[in-house]
Amino acid sequence: MAQQPDYSDRPWLDPNATPFIRVQAITKKFGPFTAVDNVDLDIYRGELFCLLGGSGCGKTTLLRILAGFETPTIGTISIDGADMTSVPPYERPVNMMFQSYALFPHMTVERNVAYGLERDGIAKAEIAAQVNDMLSMVELTPFAKRKPHQLSGGQRQRVALARALVKRPKVLLLDEPLGALDKRLREQTQYELMNIQDRLGITFVVVTHDQEEAMTLSTRIAVMDVGRFVQIGTPTEIYEFPETRFVADFIGSTNMFEGRITENGADHVRVRAEEYEADFYIDHGMSIKEGTKVWVAVRPEKVEISKTAPPFGPNQLKGVVRDVGYLGNFSTYRVQLSNTRIVAVTHPNQRRPARGEHEVDWDDEVHLSWAASSAVVLTK
Amino acid sequence: MNGRAVELVASLREGDWRTAADQLLQRLQNAWKTLVVGVPYFWLLIFFLAPFFIVLKISVAESIIASPPFSPLVDLTEEGIINLKLVLDNYAYLWEDQLYIDSYLNSLKISTISTLLCLLIGYPIAYAIVRSSPTAKNILLLMIILPFWTSFLLRVYAWMGLLADQGTINSFLIWLGIIDEPIRMLYAEFAVYVGIVYTYVPFMILPLYANMEKLDITLHEAAADLGARPFTTFRTVTVPMTMPGIVAGSLLVFIPATGEFVIPDLLGGGNVLMIGRVLYNEFNANHDWPVAAAVAIVLLLVLVIPMMIYQHIQSGETEG
Ligand SMILES: Nc1ncnc2c1ncn2[C@@H]1O[C@H](COP(=O)(O)OP(=O)(O)OP(=O)(O)O)[C@@H](O)[C@H]1O
Ligand SMILES: [Mg+2]
Repeated sequence: MAQQPDYSDRPWLDPNATPFIRVQAITKKFGPFTAVDNVDLDIYRGELFCLLGGSGCGKTTLLRILAGFETPTIGTISIDGADMTSVPPYERPVNMMFQSYALFPHMTVERNVAYGLERDGIAKAEIAAQVNDMLSMVELTPFAKRKPHQLSGGQRQRVALARALVKRPKVLLLDEPLGALDKRLREQTQYELMNIQDRLGITFVVVTHDQEEAMTLSTRIAVMDVGRFVQIGTPTEIYEFPETRFVADFIGSTNMFEGRITENGADHVRVRAEEYEADFYIDHGMSIKEGTKVWVAVRPEKVEISKTAPPFGPNQLKGVVRDVGYLGNFSTYRVQLSNTRIVAVTHPNQRRPARGEHEVDWDDEVHLSWAASSAVVLTK
Repeated sequence: MNGRAVELVASLREGDWRTAADQLLQRLQNAWKTLVVGVPYFWLLIFFLAPFFIVLKISVAESIIASPPFSPLVDLTEEGIINLKLVLDNYAYLWEDQLYIDSYLNSLKISTISTLLCLLIGYPIAYAIVRSSPTAKNILLLMIILPFWTSFLLRVYAWMGLLADQGTINSFLIWLGIIDEPIRMLYAEFAVYVGIVYTYVPFMILPLYANMEKLDITLHEAAADLGARPFTTFRTVTVPMTMPGIVAGSLLVFIPATGEFVIPDLLGGGNVLMIGRVLYNEFNANHDWPVAAAVAIVLLLVLVIPMMIYQHIQSGETEG
C-alpha cells in the first residue's frame, strides 16, 4: 500500500481536503466598471493567505466582499461550509482589520477592544478578562485607558489587531495591516502576526501591495491584476516559477529575454534570442511548438558575473558594467550588452573587497552566465 | 528737494536700507495682526458688552416718570457730592410676583420641548442629507435654507392662516368629514410649538449636517464587522460621535426659543405665557424700563449658567 503523503501544512495539495473559504465565480461591478472579474478562490483552514497586486486591482474590494460590506454582482461565498453570500457583516464569523484601523475615537483602547464582545452579550467579568488577555498579548496593557488619538501609529495598529482578534473569528481579514509602519516595526510586526496566527489557528487573509511582506508572511499568495488572479501559489512557486511575465516582473525583479523555441526535448528546451545573438538552454521540458515566441526570465541573483570567460556554452552574455551599487551584504550591477539592453545582476559580497577596490568595477568588460536550471520560459 | 532725497537714499547704505524696510514691513504685519485679532473683540465690545452694561444699568435704576423713564445711576447733588444709586428692588420684585417665575418656567418648558422636537425631526433629516448623492445633497440643503428668503413674519402669518379655527387645516378636515367642530390649534400652546419648531429646525439641521459630514463611514463598517446591528451602531457610534453637533444645534434652538416673543405673541395670543412677552409688556405697556431690564438680565443668567456648567464639564472630560 502506498503511503499517504502528509498534507497537513499544504492542504491545498490534498485532493480530499475541503476548503474553508470558497469564493466561486465572484464578479463585482461598480456601474459599468468591473472591479473584481469572475474570481474563484479556495482558502484552507489555518492558512495565511495573501492577496497581492498593484494599486486599484481589486484587492480591497474582494476583501470587503468577504467581510460583507459589498454584495457581489454575481457569484457565491461560503465560509466553513455555510453560504455567506447574503449574510450581513454583523452576522459573519469574520472580523476585519481596516487599512485605516477605524478605531472608535470616542472610546478608550479597552472599550474599543471590548466592543465586539459586548455585542455578543457576554458577561462583564468575562469580557474584562478576555480584553486583558488580548491587551497583554499585543503589549498594550499600560495604554488601556487611553483614547486612540493619544497613541502612536504602531500602537493604534495593535489596538486594531486586538479588536479584530478578540472575538476569535473563523477568518481574520487584514487590509494592508502594516502599511503605516516603518521598516523595522513592520518586520517585527510581521513576525508577531505570524506568531499570533500560529498560536490561535485563525485563518488569515491579508491584502498587501508589498511583495516582500507577502513573501515573508504567507502560506500562499494570489497575485491580482485588473480584477483577476494571474497566479496562485506558495511564495516559492510564485518567485521561482512565475507563470506569466506580469508575475515575474511584479514579484522581485527579473531579466527578460525575448526569443523563439528552437528545440523542444522531453527534459529541456533551447531558445534562440536573435536580438542578443544568444542561445539559452533551460532544463525543464515544455509542451510547446518549435518557433513559438517565448520569454526567458532570469532573476538577477542567479546570474554569475565574472571578468574571465566561462567555458563555451549556452546561457552566456557579454557586456560592460555601467553601474555598481554596493549595498553591504550584496552588490548590484547594471551591465549593458552590445545591443544596449541592460541586465541586472546581484552578487553576494562573500569576501571583503580590498580597500576601495571591487572584484568587478565600473566599465569592466564582463561575462554573464547562469545555470540551465536558473531560468524559466514564459509564454505570456 | 529732489537733491535731498537722493542724498538721503545715498546715505543709507544698501544693508541699512534693507533692515529699515524689513522693520517697517514687520511693524505693518504686527499692526495688521493686531487689527485682525482685534476686530471680533471690537465687535463684541460695541454690539454685545456695551448694550449689556446699559441694560444692567437700567435694571438697577428706579422707575420714574420722565424721559428716559428711569433714575440715573450717578447724579451730582447741588453740594457737589456724587451720588451712586443702586436699586435692587426690581430683582426682588421679580421674585415676589409669581407671574415672572411662572413665565420663566413656562418659557423653559416650551423651549426644552421644542428643542427635543427639533432634534427628533432634524437628526434624521441631517443624516439623510449627508447620506444622499452630491446633487441631491445640494438641493436638499437649499430647501432647508430656502424659507429664510421670505420674511419671518410672513411665514408666521401663514401659519395663522393654516391653524385658525376657520383656517385651511380645520376647513379641510371638516370638508373630509373627519371632524364636525374645528379643533382649537391657534392661540394655544400647540400653535406655539408648531411655530417654534418650524422656525428653528434649520438651526438644528445645519450644525448637525456639518458634524455628520465629517463622520467616517468606515467606523460604521467597523461596528457592523464587530457584530453591531444597525440600531446598535447608531446608539454606540453615531450618536456619541455626533454629540458636538447635537449640542451646538440644541443651543442654537434652545437659547433664542426661550426668549422668543413674536411666535408666542402671534400664534399663542394671550394664552401662552412666555418671558419674551412679559418683557415686551413691561417695556411697552407698563413703561417700566427697570423691571423690563431686570427681566432681561435674569433671562440671560438663566441661559448662560447652564451653558457654563456644560462647558466646564466638557473641558474636564477632554482633559481627563
Ligand atoms: N465604491 C466604489 N465605486 C466605484 N468604484 C470603486 C468603488 N470601490 C472601488 N472602486 C474601484 O474598483 C477598483 C478596485 O478598487 P480596490 O479598492 O479594490 O483596489 P485595491 O486593489 O485595494 O487598491 P489599493 O492597493 O490602492 O488599495 C478601483 O479602480 C476603484 O476605483
Ligand atoms: Mg486597498
